[in-house]
Amino acid sequence: MSTTVVRLAAAGDAPGSGVFSVAAATTSAPALALDGICLSFGGIRALRDISFDVAPGEIRAIIGPNGAGKSSLVNVISGLYRADAGTVQIAGQAFARMPASRLAKIGVARTFQNLALFPGLTAAQNIASGLAFRRRSGLLAQVLGLSAARSESAREDEEVREIAAFLGIGGVLDRLVSTLPYGVQKQVDLARALVAEPNLLMLDEPMAGLTVTEKAEMAAHIRAVRDRTGLAIILIEHDIGVVMELSDRIAVLDHGVKIADGTPVEIRRDPEVIRAYLGAEAA
Amino acid sequence: MMDSPELLFAVEVAVGGLLSGVMYALVAIGFVLIYKTSGVLNFAQGAMVLFAALTFVSLVERQVPFWAAIAVTLVIMAGLGFAIERTVLRPLSNRSPMTLFMATLGLSYVIEGAAQLIWGTQVHRLDLGVSNAPFEVGGIFISTFDLVAAAIAAAMVSVLTLFFRYTRTGLSFRAVADDTFAAIAVGLRLGRIQGTVWTAAGVVALVAGLLWGARLGVQFSLSLVVLKALPVLVLGGFDSIVGAIVAGLVIGATEKLAEVYLGPFVGGGIESWFAYAVALVVLLVRPSGLFGKKLVERY
Amino acid sequence: MSLSADVPVAPPRVNLRALGLLALLAVAVLVVPVIASPYVIEAILLPFLALSLAGLGLNLLTGYGGQVSLGSAAFMAVGAFAAYNFQLRLGVSLPLAIVLAAATAAAIGVVFGLPSLRLRGFYLAVSTLAAQFFVQWALTKFSWFSNDSASGVVAAPRLTVASLDLDAPQGRYLFALTLVVGITFLVHRIVGSRAGVNLIAVRDDETAAKVIGVPVLRTKLVAFAISSAIIGVAGVIWAYAYLRTVEPAGFNLDRSFQVLFIIIIGGLATIRGAFLGAALIVVFPLLLARTSSFAFEGLVDAGVLKLVERVVLGLVIILFLIAEPNGLSAILGRATARLRAVLRRG
Ligand SMILES: Nc1ncnc2c1ncn2[C@@H]1O[C@H](COP(=O)(O)OP(=O)(O)O)[C@@H](O)[C@H]1O
Ligand SMILES: [Mg+2]
Repeated sequence: MSTTVVRLAAAGDAPGSGVFSVAAATTSAPALALDGICLSFGGIRALRDISFDVAPGEIRAIIGPNGAGKSSLVNVISGLYRADAGTVQIAGQAFARMPASRLAKIGVARTFQNLALFPGLTAAQNIASGLAFRRRSGLLAQVLGLSAARSESAREDEEVREIAAFLGIGGVLDRLVSTLPYGVQKQVDLARALVAEPNLLMLDEPMAGLTVTEKAEMAAHIRAVRDRTGLAIILIEHDIGVVMELSDRIAVLDHGVKIADGTPVEIRRDPEVIRAYLGAEAA
Repeated sequence: MMDSPELLFAVEVAVGGLLSGVMYALVAIGFVLIYKTSGVLNFAQGAMVLFAALTFVSLVERQVPFWAAIAVTLVIMAGLGFAIERTVLRPLSNRSPMTLFMATLGLSYVIEGAAQLIWGTQVHRLDLGVSNAPFEVGGIFISTFDLVAAAIAAAMVSVLTLFFRYTRTGLSFRAVADDTFAAIAVGLRLGRIQGTVWTAAGVVALVAGLLWGARLGVQFSLSLVVLKALPVLVLGGFDSIVGAIVAGLVIGATEKLAEVYLGPFVGGGIESWFAYAVALVVLLVRPSGLFGKKLVERY
Repeated sequence: MSLSADVPVAPPRVNLRALGLLALLAVAVLVVPVIASPYVIEAILLPFLALSLAGLGLNLLTGYGGQVSLGSAAFMAVGAFAAYNFQLRLGVSLPLAIVLAAATAAAIGVVFGLPSLRLRGFYLAVSTLAAQFFVQWALTKFSWFSNDSASGVVAAPRLTVASLDLDAPQGRYLFALTLVVGITFLVHRIVGSRAGVNLIAVRDDETAAKVIGVPVLRTKLVAFAISSAIIGVAGVIWAYAYLRTVEPAGFNLDRSFQVLFIIIIGGLATIRGAFLGAALIVVFPLLLARTSSFAFEGLVDAGVLKLVERVVLGLVIILFLIAEPNGLSAILGRATARLRAVLRRG
């Protein structure tokens, strides 16, 4: 599917016409705004009064040592964890508790730190699951093979193929996802999120466990997706080099507290960050 | 108030229910032990109860003295528990909990069938020498047998508690129950611990088998006590001994009260499902039972 | 259009699998009724068809959907009694009664499936026992269901569809076969559809499925409904075509386990698994009885045989779980793959 890349590139030139819908880049409202999020597990205070926002079209990194609360934050935004206090605001709607089952409809998609693919399905079926939220044809129409259902799933298949070709996994679509190498599974996870054409994409350690080449490829994909569609991305990543290079702004978490927030240049200079997080590497 | 005969009757029913609740808990505890270490819902626990009781009765009927029969059965049950762990559970050790459960379902067929092939299918009377005569306390009648059974159950729970608090094996059991991976990491020998726990479950099955057998007679249907224990188990939470006891009491009492006060309106016989209904209602509010560890998946 | 001999013609692409199935179906419809004795039909084929269908229904829920149910027999009972009462009280025709029975089983399946929205794993499995015991209790307790018959056992109505009398063994076989084939085709369509993909997604990772927008609640309830409806129809076949009586007794917990065993042995999350498992479950006791009467010449009494059967069945289950968790279906798959390889080489 060499046409895909062309189409995606064209989409970048003329926002709104591509296979990805474009975030509301014209409005100044943030794609996401967190206000005073607190979360604790028993005695552990995983998140303490976190406020945080993501602008449309921005790549927003969250870094911090293991256990800092990065995944917890994404889980709160996904509605998997319920914050003890604070609000999440997405596309102008404020939630005390995010409804996980409506996340996709609100225009939010995510990947998972520990792959959460469906091992019993093929790569194509896994990716197509990312479209389930907007599917209109019911079971009966599908079973009877009514034309509406048939054309809907043909359209879905086409979108799956486009995303897969874009990410370079077009050749493995019919393989059971559990038989694919780890790096490819990570791409499938990304494809499943992307196919939904979200306005906000949350990537929880998308490069963890990848080889150097795979990492570079993944980084290129993330940047390409943003450049061509203008969606907002939250990126959790440990590889500081990648983070500095990719992100527009970086928030630093430590023990559930946001200790710094700013551009890569600011973060690199921040004494608190150097002490708490970059210290080891700087030394 | 206490002299109102209706109230007295209700109290009597409730007390009787509480006592039989202890009997339910007795079976449920066997499940909890295994669940806590292996993560398996051991459906074969009922079959083990049957096997224990049948072995004991058959020995006694063959003129083996009471205590010797207990000792021999104890050894056999321990051996059985150990053998199950080795031959069934271990080959399945890295498989899903549901697979393990289905294996124990198969196991229950094997044990039930084998028990009856070895000892025959006739009904045996089991006399533990405890009178079944009711006695009166403050105007209500309590079965002596039920009280003794409750006392034995209480003793067993205390022994188990002491075992887990103060012995090396017991402490390592708790470590495994709390965090299997961490336990393996610090070098606890998982195999031996699970072998021990299955052995302990065999012993618990013997106690339950003797008490239930004395009550119902020893026969195939004894293995159906598992169906009484399951709602107790889910109500209490699979991984809590305290939960098993509390839930046993709750279900025992409500079941008896319902039988007396609700049964007549629906034609009776509701004890086959009532406990499940109670458990279900509670589960809808607390999906991991009253005392079960809450399952939080990490993403 | 004429084809001259020297023009190369692409060989028609035939789907070997579909062809094989068609051949199998042709044999089942045209050959079996002619050659099978009434004994083979009544003792083997009818229970096989009923249990295959029940296994198919459970496999949809448990194999594909990951929701373990220990109450299948209850839904067989609901189907059988519903069909009976719809015919008795509303005087509807048999086909309509079957549709209504399936709908009733589906409705009750949804009710008992509601806990699945909150409960997972063993907590759910145990709670499905509530269905088993409650339904059995209700059908035994309220004699209205069995038309106030003193014994609780009622003769099933004659099997007639339109003016076709299907009461003879051949007729009952064709009746059962028609239902089974039709429903199997539907299940095939369901598991191949997007809804079927959703079902597997929910099984494999419920939380991830929810977050990416798979309608988890609806998927589960629909699975319970369809599965119960299919198992309900299996109950109709069991009572109407196989036993020819409608009674609660046979729809007990052991039957529920039997259906579960069928899909474990046959292969979870496969269509053919239900048939392979049912075949084994039905044929194995007969084989055992034959063997023992041959080897021990009647020295083994029926009671002992039942116990041996129980032990062996249990061992088979354990063995399959340990050695071949994908069941007979996987064994068959390997065998046909080998055969195909040999054919290609040869
Ligand atoms: N489901 C949970 N149950 C209990 N504690 C949790 C759970 N999820 C996260 N935590 C705790 O919250 C803290 C933050 O974890 P996490 O958000 O996963 O950190 P990070 O993703 O930054 O490595 C850790 O101490 C972790 O143990
Ligand atoms: Mg994390």
